[in-house]
This record gives sequence, C-alpha cells and structure tokens, in this order.
Amino acid sequence: MDFELDDDERALQDGIRSFLTGRFPIDTVRANEETGGALDRPLWKELADVGVFSLRRDGFGMVESVLAFEELGRTLVAGPLVATHLAASFIDGAGDGSRVVGIIEPSEPVTIVEHHASLDDVVLVRDDGLFLLDPAALTVKTSAHPLDPLTPVSTVADVPDGVRVGDAEEAIAFRRDGMVLTGALQLGLCLASIELARAYAMEREQFGRPIGSFQAVKHMLADMLTRAEVTRAAVYSAAVNIDGRGDSTDLVQTARMAKILAGDSAVFCGKTCIQVHGGMGFTWEVHAQRYWKRACVLDTHFGNSDHHAEAFANAL
Amino acid sequence: MDLQFTEQENSFRHDLRDWLATAIPLMPAEPERNDWAARRAYDTTWQRMLFDAGYAGINWPKEFGGLGASPTEHLIFLEESERARAPYVGHNFVGLLHAGPTLVTEASPEQKAFHLPAILRGDHVWCQGFSEPGAGSDLASLSCRAIRDGDDYVITGQKIWTSFGHNADYCEMLVRTDTDVPKHRGITWLIVPMGLDGMDVRPLRTMEGSTEFCEVFFDEVRVPVANRVGAENDGWRVAMVTLSFERGTAFVSELLQSVELAHDLAALAKKITRNGVPAWEDAGLRRDLGRMCAELDALWALTKRNVSQAQRTGLVGPGGNVFKLSYAELRQRLGDLAMHLLDRASLSIDDVGDLPTHAHVHGRIHALSLGIAAGTSQVQRNIVAERILGLPKDR
Repeated sequence: MDFELDDDERALQDGIRSFLTGRFPIDTVRANEETGGALDRPLWKELADVGVFSLRRDGFGMVESVLAFEELGRTLVAGPLVATHLAASFIDGAGDGSRVVGIIEPSEPVTIVEHHASLDDVVLVRDDGLFLLDPAALTVKTSAHPLDPLTPVSTVADVPDGVRVGDAEEAIAFRRDGMVLTGALQLGLCLASIELARAYAMEREQFGRPIGSFQAVKHMLADMLTRAEVTRAAVYSAAVNIDGRGDSTDLVQTARMAKILAGDSAVFCGKTCIQVHGGMGFTWEVHAQRYWKRACVLDTHFGNSDHHAEAFANAL
Repeated sequence: MDLQFTEQENSFRHDLRDWLATAIPLMPAEPERNDWAARRAYDTTWQRMLFDAGYAGINWPKEFGGLGASPTEHLIFLEESERARAPYVGHNFVGLLHAGPTLVTEASPEQKAFHLPAILRGDHVWCQGFSEPGAGSDLASLSCRAIRDGDDYVITGQKIWTSFGHNADYCEMLVRTDTDVPKHRGITWLIVPMGLDGMDVRPLRTMEGSTEFCEVFFDEVRVPVANRVGAENDGWRVAMVTLSFERGTAFVSELLQSVELAHDLAALAKKITRNGVPAWEDAGLRRDLGRMCAELDALWALTKRNVSQAQRTGLVGPGGNVFKLSYAELRQRLGDLAMHLLDRASLSIDDVGDLPTHAHVHGRIHALSLGIAAGTSQVQRNIVAERILGLPKDR
C-alpha cells in the first residue's frame, strides 16, 4: 500500500499545473464573464491538446484524470469539462477538443443545461441509459443572470429522447465517474479558496497587525485546510478504487463518499474565504465570490451532497 | 497511488489473523471497569501473549526486541486486532507507545537494558507525569520542581491526568530543573519509580465515572540522577522526540469502532419507532447518518494517506492534526445523533430494555474528551494555521 502520489503522478500534476498557470490566469478565465460566459474555443482546444479530455483514452486512469481536474478546479476554468471528458469514449472529436459536449440530467424543479450556446453535443443521462441530443433541437430559455457568470444556464422544456449511446450500466458508470471528477474540481476550488484567504489574512492589517495573527481568523483557515485534506483523501481514494487498485466492494458508494465530502467542503471553503475577506469578500472584484459560486454550481452536478448522503445511508 | 497491499503485507495479515483466532479465546473475561488491579492483570497478560508470539513492540526496532514492522503493517495489526475484538493496549499504552520509544532513542545502554524488555513482556507498567494543573495546553510552563542534591533530584510539585498512576511501576516525568532560562530550556526528563517516599497518588474521577486518571503529588521525593534521560535541561527535546514516533495509526482502533457504531445506529433506527413508524423513515436522520458514514470512510482513507506518508518519510506531517481535528468533531456529531435517536432511553448509561444504550451513551460521553486530550481542537487549529499555513504567531 502506498497512498501517496508516485513520481509519474506528481510530474503529470505539476505539468498540468504549470500549463494552466501560464495559459489560464484568472483574468483570462474570467474574460467572458460580463458577456454571457461563452467558451473560448481556441483555449478549449489548448486544454484538449494537453490531454485533459482524452487522458483515459490515452492509457491513463482515473487517478491521473483526478489530478488534472483538481488543477482545473483550482484555476476556475469554466465549461463542461467533466461531460466532455466522459463523452470522449463515445463521441469523436470530444477528446481532441473539436466538439464541446454538455450534459442534461433531468431534474426537479427544473431541468437545466449549462453552456448551451457553446455546445456541439448534449448527453442526456437517465437511469435507463445515455442518449445523444442535438443542442440546436432543444427548446431552451437562457437566464440573463446566472449565479456563476462563467456558467451560463438555460432551462430545457420537453427533453427529447435522443439516440441511445449507452445502456443502464454505462449510465451508472458515467454518473459514478462524473461524481469523482466533479469532486476533483471541487477539491481544486477548496485549495484555491485557501490560497486566496491565506494571502489576504497575511497582508490585511487591522488593529495594527495582520488579521491572520488573530486566532478567530486562524481557526477559519485551519478549518478550511482540514476539510480540504479530508476531501483529498476521499477523492483520491475513489479514483484509486475505480482504477482497480483499491479494496472497495462498491464503487458507486465510494464515489458518493467523494462527492459528499467535496461538495460540502467546496461550499464551506468558498463561503469561509468570503468571510475572511470581510467587506471586500462581498465585492465583485475579489475572486472569493467566484469560488463560492462555482462550488454551488458543481454541488448540483450528478446529485448534490444531500442527495448522496441519503443514498449513502440507504445502501448501508 | 495504490491502496492494495503487497504480498508480504497480506501474509503478515493472514498470520496475525490466524494467531488472534487462537489466542483471544484463551483470555479470561474482561474485568469490571474500575477494578484496576484486575485490569492491570488482564492487560499485561495479553501483552505477555503478544510478546511470546513475537508481536510485542510492533513498531519498535528489532535490535531492542521489537518487531520492526512498517507503518503499514502497524495499521494492519491494529485493524485486525480491532476486527477480532482483541484486548486493547490499556495499561501498556504509555510504556509501549510513549516512554518505550523515547528510551529507545534517548536512554543510556543500562537504562535500555533494564526497562525495554520489561515493557515488552508486560512486566512493567508506565504512566506519564507531563501535565500539571497550571500547565495544560502550555505544557512547557510546567513548574514541578527538581532540585539537584548530590546524586539525587529532589522533586516537589504536582502532576495531573496521569492515567493508571495508581497501578504503574514507573513514571516518565518532566520536571523543572532551571527557572532562570526560557521555559523550554529548563526542563528535564526523568524515569521515576512509583511508590517512593513523599509521593501521593489520588484517583481523579472523570465525568464517565471512571478513575483511570490520577493526580500525583510530590513532596521532596528523591530520585537518583542516574534516572535522567538525556541531558539536564534538555527534557523538552527528549519529550518531542516521542512525538516523531507517531505514524498515523494513533486512532485506528477508535475510528474502526466508530464505523461499527455508525452501522449499528442504522440498524437501531430501523428498530426504534417514532409516532408508530421506524425512525429510519425520517429522511433527515438518514441524510445525517449517511453523511457521517461517508466522512468516517474518508477519515479511513486519510489514515491510509498518513500511514503512507510515515512510511515514506518517517513522519505523519500535517495529516495527523487534520485527522484529530476532523475525527473529534465527527465523533461528537455521531454521538449527538445517537442521543437524539435514543431520546429518553439515553438517560441511562446502562442498557435499557433490549436497547444497546450503554455503547451509545458511554460513547457520547467519551467523545467529549476527544477534542481535549492530547492537544485541544483549538490548539490543533493554531498548529495547522501556524505550521502548515504559515500564519503569524500571536504572542
């Protein structure tokens, strides 16, 4: 047993991180936030070129994918990253970045599709299987003010049946892997929130000293780090198990564990990051709000943490 | 990353499992909670059985009689022992996990030769004299005084939270040997035989009703200078060396017990009715319990990360603080859920009717100690913030 990153895994993560740091600084990532959040296709292609969408087709596993997605989450890169990655196994062009693939999970009280205007394909995920839809054939109403300005949302009326591309078993695996990859994005959000809050706590002075020297502030940051590190163990464990190097007898339950921890932690770290920033945290300018908003978006993907907490109990 | 065990680790597990299956039935029934003489005999009998089978001092180096097992094998040892419901380390805790490892690195050859085999065999029970009424979170401010007089130190002062103090043979003790230097630099580490003239051990009853803890009073107690470990005034460093023996396995038994308790709660909720229907029909209760079970599984995963870290570097690192903080709070939430589920049945620590009240209520009380013992959650948060995140110290 060795539940630490090996040299190859570390090199892969470092590589993705330095690529993203160079090509996806926050100002680039948020460039379209005032103009509807349309995806920048050349940048999407660059993501594909480093293998973000095709990792598992290129001989890598869920572990490597999770390490890459953790970095994507940290960078706040927007777009249907998980859906496109998962669709790469059955849609030509998803892996190489020439087709952007979104997802519809029929849900209550409304069914939402994200990034509708930027999509080439939509995968409809239902209990009985996976189905391919043409985004142009959907009747949608796009919100002028999405919660996360980088995640445009549209309600979908009358979801069509589409063309079957996977059976019920494949739908289970699709959701399961989607939970774990989303968990990795959420882990990245936690880490970015901590970095931002830490930097502010070191630099901002009140009462003649950095606010990070006050225990009340320290304890908020300690709680963020604590939750992030437990989340990391959960997400990595789910990935290792999916790759067949674990001891879990129920991969869906293990994926749920990851999604519950990651969902709760990302929202917690996002809101605590805002709190550490005080009044500035409530401004548009400071990025704290962006982490919290993205955390709220991702919690709804593949079932939120409440949903999975109940499902986890039902499987006991 | 790989969560699968090697062939060697698997064979260690299977041999251990076979041995536990034959050894545990040979043990007598577990004694009453506060019958300390009987409990000492029980705990040391088990230790002797471990010794005879070659499992004593699992993490101690081979040259000092230990098994020299890897952190992963230590994890397996604790996991298998818990699953087989083997006796706990009990009275042997301080000797095996605290004083012994310290002696291994810091003691003289004579001290090692006398003490180490006796700890491994279960012949000597050790206790710890570190904390004082005035020195808890700020341990280095301890004031129990030791004044040099010829070949002796003369000790006057008080220690507290000394587990098994009334039953121990030796005490690992921190004393103040210099009052004129910064607090960390005037402390000395001593081996103190129990029962010396001028020593008074008084049981300290906890909110559980247990008298495991003691207060120990010293009135001019004479201890030979030869009992010193390390140099005079170097005791703080010696005590810190002990912490480096932690390999991420400190809470394995606790955690696995809590996982089992959480699963028992699900079964209990299916049995207990509210308004005529099983409590399990309450989706809120299921969500709460489901979330806690997922978090317990995540802490098991974190344990494996910490053990892997220790295996690679010899140190657990920040994961140890992270684990303790998370577990202390999670265990309390689990206890609260149990109390709510049991409702008025939780008013008895003894089992009520056919309900397993004791396990849940006693467990709830015990959980209150987890955020206090071995560094309060607030001190843990300071450590995480200052040592891991690098936030400025507030002095």
